[in-house]
Amino acid sequence: MRESEIRQIVREALSNVAPEVDLDAIDPAKNLRDQIDIDSVDFLNFVIGLHKELGIEIPDADVPKLGTLNGCVAYLQSRMKGS
Amino acid sequence: MSEFRMPSLGADMEFGTLVDWRVKSGDRIKRGDVVALVETEKGVIEVEIFENGVIDSLIVQPGQKVPVGATLAIVRSDGKTAEVQPAPAAAPPSEAKAAVEELRPATVAPPTELPGRARVSPLARKRAQELGVELSAVTGTGEAGSITASDVEKAAAAKQGAPVAPPASAKGLDLQAMRRVIAATMARSKREIPHYYLATTIDMSKGLNWLAAENSRRPITKRLLYSALLIRAVALAACEVPGMNGFWIDGAFKPGEGVHVGVAISLRQGGLINPAIHDVDKKTLDELMESMLDLVNRARTGHLRSSELSDGTITVTNLGEQGVESVFGVIYPPQVALVGFGKITERPFASGGLVGARPMIEATLSGDHRVSDGHRGGRFLRAMDGLLQEPERL
Repeated sequence: MRESEIRQIVREALSNVAPEVDLDAIDPAKNLRDQIDIDSVDFLNFVIGLHKELGIEIPDADVPKLGTLNGCVAYLQSRMKGS
Repeated sequence: MSEFRMPSLGADMEFGTLVDWRVKSGDRIKRGDVVALVETEKGVIEVEIFENGVIDSLIVQPGQKVPVGATLAIVRSDGKTAEVQPAPAAAPPSEAKAAVEELRPATVAPPTELPGRARVSPLARKRAQELGVELSAVTGTGEAGSITASDVEKAAAAKQGAPVAPPASAKGLDLQAMRRVIAATMARSKREIPHYYLATTIDMSKGLNWLAAENSRRPITKRLLYSALLIRAVALAACEVPGMNGFWIDGAFKPGEGVHVGVAISLRQGGLINPAIHDVDKKTLDELMESMLDLVNRARTGHLRSSELSDGTITVTNLGEQGVESVFGVIYPPQVALVGFGKITERPFASGGLVGARPMIEATLSGDHRVSDGHRGGRFLRAMDGLLQEPERL
């Protein structure tokens, strides 16, 4: 799967938990939760959304790697290559 | 004849302003009835009468400020023949009357409507007009099924959350209307409910360690958040300690049927909703977690159900993620308790003569003093603390 496809899936997963957020206004290198007001329940829904879309199991210890949009893309890409 | 006088509502009170009468000439009154609302420096106070009889005449008019001891009304005490005048036919409330009505708690003033028609209090009628609620669609919970302002507010809130908005979008919410409902509800809470507030600091180390161990072996879809532990602890403590779970309706406490925990959810567009997770006391932690994820997601996308917006029996608000240390919340009427949580922070903790650092959370209780008191509230917080020290039981 290409990086652009993964990025699109990440954006969709985020949009599902925060439909009112303008995704283009998000800096992909900065922490998501600092930029948009999502709480831990939203964030877990977001991570579960990624898991359901891509079929990748995301261990609890890896969740901090998903803090930024770029981080999400990099992590998911590495997991897909590894699997 | 006897005189009903401006009471002294505290040693420092010299004057009081009569805000409104709850009675009119000819009304029969009995000992303990609230007959007037009086404003003092301490706020608006409901003034009771301590004799049985009939109101002969009202001397002081609403808006008048009089000294303590001034005669407010003349009362014909029982034992004398008193001709009770027939109640006048109900007339639509005038603007001024409605404005005064707004100062009254919604539980008073049994409406005098013609039989066969839905009984609606003037305040409820006014609210319905403001909030665009169809009265025929509102279920009354007041005396003899009458519609109270709170019923109208609930119906309006349910309307806000009901999936009438465009699908999969919370953007269709009328935030101004929601703000008005919040304003009305919170103003009513602060006007009617004598809140008391208690705070305690709870050691979360056992809970967090247990969670970390659980989560390390759970798939992502079964992951637990610490807020689920908190909500479960609130529900179980509410089963253990009476007077926290339920409603204050028509001057009495009615225990909730089931523990439906309202969760305060702040909407990013502005506004706040308080949908309930049903039967938290009977759910496993996994079921609760599933309900939480689902409920928050539906709150974000405008798919809440009306039962979720009307069934809450106790509310939890967790502002820890906003960095808040303690929350002293406003009770959501007609509920009688609200539990607030702040953020988990490492604090020095002394145990067995040694000082260490532990993750601590401040839990607060806003209680309704008409139903419970600080002693009971303290037991409730202690029960919660105890439950959180045995997370495997939650």
